[in-house]
Amino acid sequence: MVAAVRSFLQVASTEEAAPPLRVVQIEGLAVLKIIKHCKEFSPALVTGQLLGLDVGSVLEVTNCFPYPIREADDEIEAEGADYQLEMMRCLREVNVDNNTVGWYQSTLLGSYQRVELIETFMNYQENIRRSVCIIYDPSRSNQGVLALKALKLSDSFMDLYRNNNFTGEKLREKNLSWVDIFEEIPIKVSNSALISAFMTELEADSPVTQCDYDRLQLSSGPFVERNMEFLIECMDDLFVEQQKFQYHYRNLSRQQAQQQAWLQKRRTENMARKAAGEEPLPEEDPSNPIFKPIPEPSRLESFLVTNQIANYCNQINGVSGQSFSRLYLMKALHED
Amino acid sequence: MYAACRGLSSPNETLILHLPRPRSKSPLSREIGAGATSRMAASVDTVLQFSSSTELSARVQPLVIFNICDCYVRRPDQAERVIGTLLGSILPDGTVDIRNSYAIPHNEFSDQVALDIEYHHNMLLSHQKVNPKEVIVGWYSTGFGVSGGSALIHEFYSREVTNPVHLTVDTGFNNGHASIKAYVSTNLSLGDRPLATQFQEIHVDLRMVEAERVGLDILKKQTVDKLPNDLDGMEATMQRLLSLVDSVYEYVDNVVEGRIPADNNIGRFIADSVASIPKLSDLDKLVNDSIQDHLLMLYLSSITRTQLSLAEKLNTAAQIL
Repeated sequence: MVAAVRSFLQVASTEEAAPPLRVVQIEGLAVLKIIKHCKEFSPALVTGQLLGLDVGSVLEVTNCFPYPIREADDEIEAEGADYQLEMMRCLREVNVDNNTVGWYQSTLLGSYQRVELIETFMNYQENIRRSVCIIYDPSRSNQGVLALKALKLSDSFMDLYRNNNFTGEKLREKNLSWVDIFEEIPIKVSNSALISAFMTELEADSPVTQCDYDRLQLSSGPFVERNMEFLIECMDDLFVEQQKFQYHYRNLSRQQAQQQAWLQKRRTENMARKAAGEEPLPEEDPSNPIFKPIPEPSRLESFLVTNQIANYCNQINGVSGQSFSRLYLMKALHED
Repeated sequence: MYAACRGLSSPNETLILHLPRPRSKSPLSREIGAGATSRMAASVDTVLQFSSSTELSARVQPLVIFNICDCYVRRPDQAERVIGTLLGSILPDGTVDIRNSYAIPHNEFSDQVALDIEYHHNMLLSHQKVNPKEVIVGWYSTGFGVSGGSALIHEFYSREVTNPVHLTVDTGFNNGHASIKAYVSTNLSLGDRPLATQFQEIHVDLRMVEAERVGLDILKKQTVDKLPNDLDGMEATMQRLLSLVDSVYEYVDNVVEGRIPADNNIGRFIADSVASIPKLSDLDKLVNDSIQDHLLMLYLSSITRTQLSLAEKLNTAAQIL
């Protein structure tokens, strides 16, 4: 009888783990705001804050506001925080949910996997239980695709990052590879009934929209060119990382060889000493610099670079697919 | 047009001037205006001073409408309508481009309206930190038509910016359809004594290009389950193109068989579009070259990915000892 009745405190403390985030539900309003902000300032990269509600396994984003571009960092830190508080307070007065659920940023051709992103994620994660980052790519949207992505760091990666431990062994333990860093979450768009009534009413009558014009454009040249440029740069970065690893391995094997040589020498010495009847020397000598363990370079950078390269490859694939369809269409039209 | 009065000496009297909308420029409108006034029962011999009505028009981005609707849905329970500021810029040809908006908490009583001006200034400053080019161009309110309180608010806004634009968004769908109207005001004065404020409707141009880019499907439905990826979108576009071509075929067939009278303009359009397909003799070669280029890129990207997985195996999975 007594065991069945749990105090409120107990219930509160044994709160179950939140259900995993499955879907991000954005309102059309937030989508339009993000697009407008990112487009206005492209090609500069801008960020902003997402506001909404966290309901079960759905993260609802109902509104957002942009951050001003910061020139220098020092004095403007406080201003940035002031601006944020001011905006949240004002939005609260008009009944907008002023619950931060994440942030959005614009990107150029998908090159967003940087260390800063991870750091920002960790910052957010400390304060808010579930946060998400929305990435919008205005240059890709000019091709007719709505390039909106919702990202989250995977939990296992976050644990590793907190311990700042990226050696090969740890990663093998957790079975973590470069695909596991970011998790992409599917996005759903929702609109209130009023706005969908308005949009249905105000929709222009033409059967072909601007979106179609964008998609059917034959010139995908510049976009693909820049993609390839970025890809090549990233390959260079990857190469540098590989070099670091090779260097490390070489050092490690050299050190091991040295250790073996030293051990051999010690053993022969010991044999000689035993023959002479003296105390054998220990077989290990921690003060000898040969035995100092060489730190393994962190694999974080290489993972990020790998992610980026994969991203570029995907984009190129997508664009190529589209171009094929367009080219075949042209061919067919011409034959007629 | 509607005109509403500011408080007269006897508050129970409200003079509403109903003037028909001028369809052309100034001289005619003056005539109509004078005619209407002479019909009025008021015993005042007015010297009607119209400022010349320029062909002002307002361009509204879809974000503004979304914003307004969202604020309306979230309004506090006792408020009947939502009032807020419009931000944007004035283009060189005089068109007012309305790009952003924010709501202002307000209280409305029978005669008076109280706006939270400090909130208005704070929000303005915050917005201008992000985008200093957006300035106040007017204000909006939900609800149909212009009411008495609106004149007071409009006067407040005309102190902030010259010639503010008043946008009404009819969220109640009063006439059975959505109406978004914009007004500018002119002050009617009798010699020195201000008499009334006349709101003159101006043309509203709803720029849906942005919304179209995003995809009207996404913005129209109440829930959209999946954002379309590139190939889906391509497929939809091509289907639309196909249906367009089909309808053109149908039209041409109908005209040839005499079912529909031929319209020369449409015929010329069709001829133009068909002729605009370039008759390049080596189009085949060009197309093939492009296809080969794209294939090459696909190949490169696949190689890169193979390289990536190989590198990963070497770096992570390999054990030295």
